[in-house]
Amino acid sequence: MDAVYSIIPAGVLSQVFVGLSRTTILFIVASGLTLILGVLRIPNVAHGSLYMIGAFTAFTVTKLFGGGSAGFWLALIIAPLVVALIGLIAERGMFQFLYEREHLMLLLLTFAFSLIFGDLVKLVWGGEYKSVPVPHIFQGFVPLFGDLPFPLYNLFLLIAGPVVAILLWLLTNKTKMGKIARAAAVDREMVGAVGINVSRVFAIVFVIGCFLAGLGGVLVAPTVSVTLGMDHNLIIEAFLIVIMGGLGNIWGALLGALIFGLTQSLGILIWPQFGIIFPYLAVVVVLLFRPTGLLKSTW
Amino acid sequence: MSKKTLFWLGAGIIVLLLLPVFLPRFYVYLVSIILLYGLLATSLNLVLGYGGIFQFHHAVFYGVGAYGTTLMLTKTGLPPMLAFIVGPLVSATFGLVLGIICIRLSKLYFGMLQISLGSLVWAIVYRWYSFTGGDDGIHGIPIPEMLSSPKGAYYFTLIITLVCLFIMWKIIQSPFGSALQGIRDNPVRSEMIGINVRMHQLLALALAGFFAGVAGSLFVVVDNTVFPDMLFWTFSLEILIMCLLGGWFTFLGPMLGAAVIVALRTFVSTYTDYWALVLGIIMMLVIFFLPNGILGYVEEKFKRGFIEPEIEEQ
Repeated sequence: MDAVYSIIPAGVLSQVFVGLSRTTILFIVASGLTLILGVLRIPNVAHGSLYMIGAFTAFTVTKLFGGGSAGFWLALIIAPLVVALIGLIAERGMFQFLYEREHLMLLLLTFAFSLIFGDLVKLVWGGEYKSVPVPHIFQGFVPLFGDLPFPLYNLFLLIAGPVVAILLWLLTNKTKMGKIARAAAVDREMVGAVGINVSRVFAIVFVIGCFLAGLGGVLVAPTVSVTLGMDHNLIIEAFLIVIMGGLGNIWGALLGALIFGLTQSLGILIWPQFGIIFPYLAVVVVLLFRPTGLLKSTW
Repeated sequence: MSKKTLFWLGAGIIVLLLLPVFLPRFYVYLVSIILLYGLLATSLNLVLGYGGIFQFHHAVFYGVGAYGTTLMLTKTGLPPMLAFIVGPLVSATFGLVLGIICIRLSKLYFGMLQISLGSLVWAIVYRWYSFTGGDDGIHGIPIPEMLSSPKGAYYFTLIITLVCLFIMWKIIQSPFGSALQGIRDNPVRSEMIGINVRMHQLLALALAGFFAGVAGSLFVVVDNTVFPDMLFWTFSLEILIMCLLGGWFTFLGPMLGAAVIVALRTFVSTYTDYWALVLGIIMMLVIFFLPNGILGYVEEKFKRGFIEPEIEEQ
């Protein structure tokens, strides 16, 4: 394995893997955002809040089941469903009445939701830091390339990312629902005109998007401290990823997340205090050369 | 302007001039804040309501103006009054640069990109301890003596705000303002009749940045502090709500919205920590029931009664 190290220093290599694990979370959340953006044309600012709710719900569920592995696996199922349910209520109760109105109103409504969700989380869970234990089977490290210790949980994330990507691809390309949703993204009136209930398709897409936000929240919970304000950073990052990849394009979200995750983790090596700048620079560079994003946008 | 509006305007200004004589110190401070927030919201409305550009992260320019002024005051020995010009000019430049990067194919694209890049500015201010004071901000900024008393600060704020509002009013009435509104209503057609759409929009963004920077400098005078939350995106949202609540197709709407929001926030904060929750609910109500804002609603009613019944779309 010395051959690998002679090309890439160990520190860089481990940062690459950190970046890749981060990419998984970013991709899962951003894919939900881009799905909603592509089909419903809503830039959902509350998406970050849904992610936060997912993480907090994961905390509660694991705690209820004694903080063991079983709790985490249950959380992995329950928390995204809870978030999806919240999404369903919001869509049926509010958003569906505004589709005809100007986009600004839709965006402001999602803004309002993010404010309300933020305070509700504070009301329910309080302001302290929460932590979710890493499930037993993923505790510890695996040696990568000989002796580079890599957390097992991050390896799990690296597998989870592509799995979600493939499932999403199957959903949007191989099912009838997905085909209708893609058609509605291009021309919603025409889809309605051929006798398809567009409103229901929109609701389903919105709920799937929210589910993904919740899933991202659960998956990230064991690796970070779950806290208020985790929504703010993430929504900005997800926005940039979606813009970089091309609005509404799921593969674009994957590519954008990859660039974002890697520039972020490697940037910290180059300039520790301002490592945060590099992903933003990447976005600006991408947009200078490809104003509509890397891949084809549905807009 | 008719004689009647001029009369009310004059009366309003006289009341504002006399306020510090009657009001206790805290309320003078509050009115100063309302005035500068109103100026900030009006500057946003210049691009949002009249220009049709989705400026979602307006607080950045406000914050940059405030920090620009503050850093000039604390780090250099240049004449203090110069700082109040440099701050806004820095914001205007910022508005222009961010505009050049963000003006893309669609309005929403602009807004999303601006929120994201604006957040980068926030992150830099938040982390750059040696220069901006990081998350502590900068306190006890040395202000020229003339402006350091609450009354001095109030009159300075009042005069600058009125002058800026007058200039913005003139801008909107000018050929440039008409062209801007034309672009808002029909960009393709405007382009066809020979208006340089991109140039007009960029100029509007720079102007809005300038006046937001003025509001930021005024905050430095009134409060003597700057802190990173001034350019956090939730504050941008608050400014947006001010515009929406007051009426974003009217000139004085944002000022009214600012007054309502600041008064409400002060009132609500004495009872509960959950101001964001209250704000979110207010926002939902406005979106569903008052989409044209308070002044927009009043105007609509007024027109219906006196001019002609509006023709509803079938």
